Amino acid sequence: MKVRVQLFASYREALGKEWIEQELPAGARVQDLLESIETRHGLALSPGRALVARNLEYVGPQTALKEGDELVLLPPLSGGT
Amino acid sequence: MIARIVQEPVNLEELVRQVQRPECGAVGTFLGVVREPNLGHRTLYIDYHAYPEMAQKVMVEIAGEVAARWDIGEVAIVHRIGRLAVGEASVAIVVSAPHRAAALEATGYAIEELKKRVPVWKKETFEGGEAWIEGDSAAAPPRGPAGGARGKIRKGRSAG
Repeated sequence: MKVRVQLFASYREALGKEWIEQELPAGARVQDLLESIETRHGLALSPGRALVARNLEYVGPQTALKEGDELVLLPPLSGGT
Repeated sequence: MIARIVQEPVNLEELVRQVQRPECGAVGTFLGVVREPNLGHRTLYIDYHAYPEMAQKVMVEIAGEVAARWDIGEVAIVHRIGRLAVGEASVAIVVSAPHRAAALEATGYAIEELKKRVPVWKKETFEGGEAWIEGDSAAAPPRGPAGGARGKIRKGRSAG
């Protein structure tokens, strides 16, 4: 299946683009997506701290993905002060 | 309820006026400002980036939680994005309540939850370089085809 991933902040800057597409095996979960992005794009995700959202909601590493999903990949947050 | 991401400077007095209610004897306020030094560097400015749609949504959720948990009059949560100089306010929380305990507790709750849940990031520019901040420490240098330091100094992540 193919999913689209929107990048923010340091991840966007590191890859020089806002969107990437990932091909994943059927049944893939969020954790598989993160590993695939690290492997194929060489993006060093902060271990266990990168966040993924779908439809404006955070989703956990075991969340199942489906064809055509649009996901958002977020570095660890540093808002506030 | 006021929950918004803004580009313009935060006006705390205006927010206080907007949340004040006749029946509220307390207004709790929290202002987060850009500090200098940070992590041993002389900070020049900070660029705040947001995922605005989701940031706004999560701030509305936090404001709703505040209203549900405490006996309050009104709550305002405002986060500024863009380039901020040292001393400028990045975030303001203002809660009015009949009594001070609720106003103070709710204000504290809102800023802690904001830091944990609202998708906003800061990139700090200091004398000699710049760094994305992860939580309370600087991010490790991103690696990748377009990553790398590009001649800029980046801090490694500090312990803890």
